Amino acid sequence: MSFKNLITGAIAAAAMAGSAFAQDVTVGFVYVGPVGDGGWTYEHNKGRLAVEEHFGDRVKTIYQESVPEGADSERVMTQMALQGADLIFTTSFGYMDPTINVAAKFPNVKFEHATGYKRADNVSTYSARFYEGRAVQGHIAGRMTKTNKIGYIGSFPIPEVIRGINSAYIHAKKVNPDVEFNIVWAYTWFDPAKEADAAKALIEQGADVILQHTDSTAPQAAAEQAGNVVTFGQASDMSEYAPFPRVSSIIDDWAPYYIARTQAVLDGTWTSVDTWDGIGAGMVGIGEISSAVPADVKAEAEALRDALASGEYHAFTGPLNKQDGSAWLADGETADDGTLAGMNFYVEGLTATIPN
Amino acid sequence: MDLGGLNLFVLIASLMVSATPILLAAIGETVVEKAGVLNLGVEGMMITGAVVGFAVAINTGSAPFGFVAAAIAAALLSLTFGFLTQVLLSNQVATGLGLTLVGLGLSALIGKPYEGLKSVVLQPVKIPVLSDIPGFGRMLFSHDPMVYISLIIVAGVWAWLKFTRAGLVLRAVGENHEAAHALGYKVIRIRMLAIMFGGACAGLGGAYISLVRVPQWTEGMTAGAGWIALAIVVFASWKPWRILLGAYLFGGVTVLQLNLQAMGVAIPVEYLSMSPYLITIAVLVFISARGNQNAPAALAKPFHASN
Repeated sequence: MSFKNLITGAIAAAAMAGSAFAQDVTVGFVYVGPVGDGGWTYEHNKGRLAVEEHFGDRVKTIYQESVPEGADSERVMTQMALQGADLIFTTSFGYMDPTINVAAKFPNVKFEHATGYKRADNVSTYSARFYEGRAVQGHIAGRMTKTNKIGYIGSFPIPEVIRGINSAYIHAKKVNPDVEFNIVWAYTWFDPAKEADAAKALIEQGADVILQHTDSTAPQAAAEQAGNVVTFGQASDMSEYAPFPRVSSIIDDWAPYYIARTQAVLDGTWTSVDTWDGIGAGMVGIGEISSAVPADVKAEAEALRDALASGEYHAFTGPLNKQDGSAWLADGETADDGTLAGMNFYVEGLTATIPN
Repeated sequence: MDLGGLNLFVLIASLMVSATPILLAAIGETVVEKAGVLNLGVEGMMITGAVVGFAVAINTGSAPFGFVAAAIAAALLSLTFGFLTQVLLSNQVATGLGLTLVGLGLSALIGKPYEGLKSVVLQPVKIPVLSDIPGFGRMLFSHDPMVYISLIIVAGVWAWLKFTRAGLVLRAVGENHEAAHALGYKVIRIRMLAIMFGGACAGLGGAYISLVRVPQWTEGMTAGAGWIALAIVVFASWKPWRILLGAYLFGGVTVLQLNLQAMGVAIPVEYLSMSPYLITIAVLVFISARGNQNAPAALAKPFHASN
């Protein structure tokens, strides 16, 4: 056997071995921020890594980070589909229409859009009931504030964020009738400098608790510098700022969902579904309530968490009025998912108006 | 001075802090463009400065060292751009975009071990006597040293370009590199130095974000500040004092709208946020209608001594 034959044989063998170990499924992820944001995208990427670890060689994952919402994301998704992705997770609200558009062009590729409400035969939606975590945060915030002013950094005025504001307000108000919410819209998911500026502006106005619905840890750093300001980790534990200013957190745990959906594609059982899980199912976690919180407040917050998890208490339970004073939920009535999914109003007591 | 709960002095003080990163980056880029080079890699140099400044500040325990290291690192990075565009004559637009991508990737790599860590921050210095003036003391004389250094750099660049022979030569290179070459000026050497100055300034601007404004390291934390700096250079029609105006305008609008929101004033945030860009477009339309854009004539044109 000549040297040339040997080489050819080796290459052929390698190619065969390669095809034997070829991935059954390629899973793509589209991220709105960098994987190192320490918050939202960081947790989605943890979910991706969990998929890789769980399936080993059978699944290949690809991702693209810092993809702007809008036309750019359509290009990225198309690229992924052309690269041979079988399942694509698009992990920001603003990818909703692009996901639907690209999905129509690639009927054999499955898409999963996070936090949106538009579905198709090959597009599922999934989200977590973050508002349950917001209820716990609101409770702690209402009990911890001394100035009775709570600052809230919103990203975009979309139902998910408005739900969070309402839920936090309802539960802060319940334990502290004097509480006021100052809401600042950053119009970005990720811009540490702007998020820090927003936190500083709120602190300047007297807020001593900052809730954030943006993705980076910058507001935590701003609060720490200011001194006496309480914060909560958002999307990720952000425990590097514990025990103070970060006193607790909402943790998104996407890994079980990503593994289950990838398994469904492998098994050929994938269908378009709408998943919305909360604390009970483990998709929303409440990060450790730190030692900076008084023991009785901690116990109340944990009881609230457990009641939400078991389903015995719903975060939106009447009597509740809308901001304009009109009745929304009667005594003991709970909000239905449809209203929650499209929530575009504040509850009674909030003084701000929702920008349109 | 209170305007319906809005303390004007505090507002101006915070807009100066908010504008300093883009001011530093923009004044550096002005010098680069005045020398006839278009470096679109500002964002990449800023983020490199941010991560290197943060890492060095943590390891040495000194924020000033962090700033120095940030300037050096970003200047070195810009040198790769200089080598590619000036010596190998690569396309400046493409190379600049490439520099941004390299900077973003490189910073993510360097920054991995520093995520979630806390660094020493640059503390504000209260200037004796002056900082005690009511209102104005808080507004003008209670900042950290970098705010003053950025203003000194603006004044220095203005004076240097306008009054010194070296500044004249740099402008000549940017207007007509062949004529400058014929007169015996070292076009490439001058441009290399300008590129490095621009890199150093962008690095300082980036470090200001990670060491003062936020202060922490987060991947991608400049979030487009470098592109705003590039817009400001055009907005200012390459004039240093207008760079200051532009940077404070862009920084001011951001801070103003956040503060107005925090006060509960219902304002159309979208319009306020887009206003600096609208003004930039208006300025561009205005100056091109006048037929004098003031752009350096040799901007982004390759130069080779054989031509």
